[in-house]
Amino acid sequence: MAIEVRIPTILRNYTGGAKVVEGSGSTLGELIKNLDAAHAGIGDRLLDGEEKLRRFVNVYKNDEDVRFLGGLETPVADGDTVTVLPAVAGGSR
Amino acid sequence: MLTISRELVDKIIAHARKDHPDEACGVIAGPVGGDRPERFIPMENAARSPTFYEFDSQEQLRVWREMDDRDEEPVVIYHSHTMTEAYPSRTDVSYANEPNAHYVLVSTRQEDTEEFRSYRILDGSVSEEPVDIVE
Repeated sequence: MAIEVRIPTILRNYTGGAKVVEGSGSTLGELIKNLDAAHAGIGDRLLDGEEKLRRFVNVYKNDEDVRFLGGLETPVADGDTVTVLPAVAGGSR
Repeated sequence: MLTISRELVDKIIAHARKDHPDEACGVIAGPVGGDRPERFIPMENAARSPTFYEFDSQEQLRVWREMDDRDEEPVVIYHSHTMTEAYPSRTDVSYANEPNAHYVLVSTRQEDTEEFRSYRILDGSVSEEPVDIVE
């Protein structure tokens, strides 16, 4: 089962520079574990200490932010594209 | 060094003034590897706050995909501070995740100046750079 995963510039050091990698899993959570097994350390950039999706990392299944779909429980399947984009944010403090 | 047209500088400033007292934010895209800001893309501040900004996640996906389709990258990521100086704050530094971008800051705390300044932010470290405004 191949799910296409699009990797932002800042995380490409985990994937040997690759912009797109493949992964497998039936939920987003499983997919992230699978990615971390192949690209050690990437899991920590996506999940916080409580194994939840980090607040300022956006993950999309096809065209939708997974926060609106089911978070880590979002089902994924062959043919889906999962895109990771670090949130663009900041403030005066 | 950031090289940018006067027209784009004026657009950033106009956006910041318009959104004051909320922080304004946006991107200027340019061809990958060219380091030339060309296409002005003002973004919605989903936080709508005078002290915080965040791109709406769906809008960000649309814009990032569009840049990818056009072989562009974000050359400038800009935002405004409304009460403090145009210098990256701790949160600005924590969330600076586009390693090739010039981070531009303006401030709308005074009426007669915007303190237009530009920075590189890499691995948690800020360095200010000169700005060359091309008329």
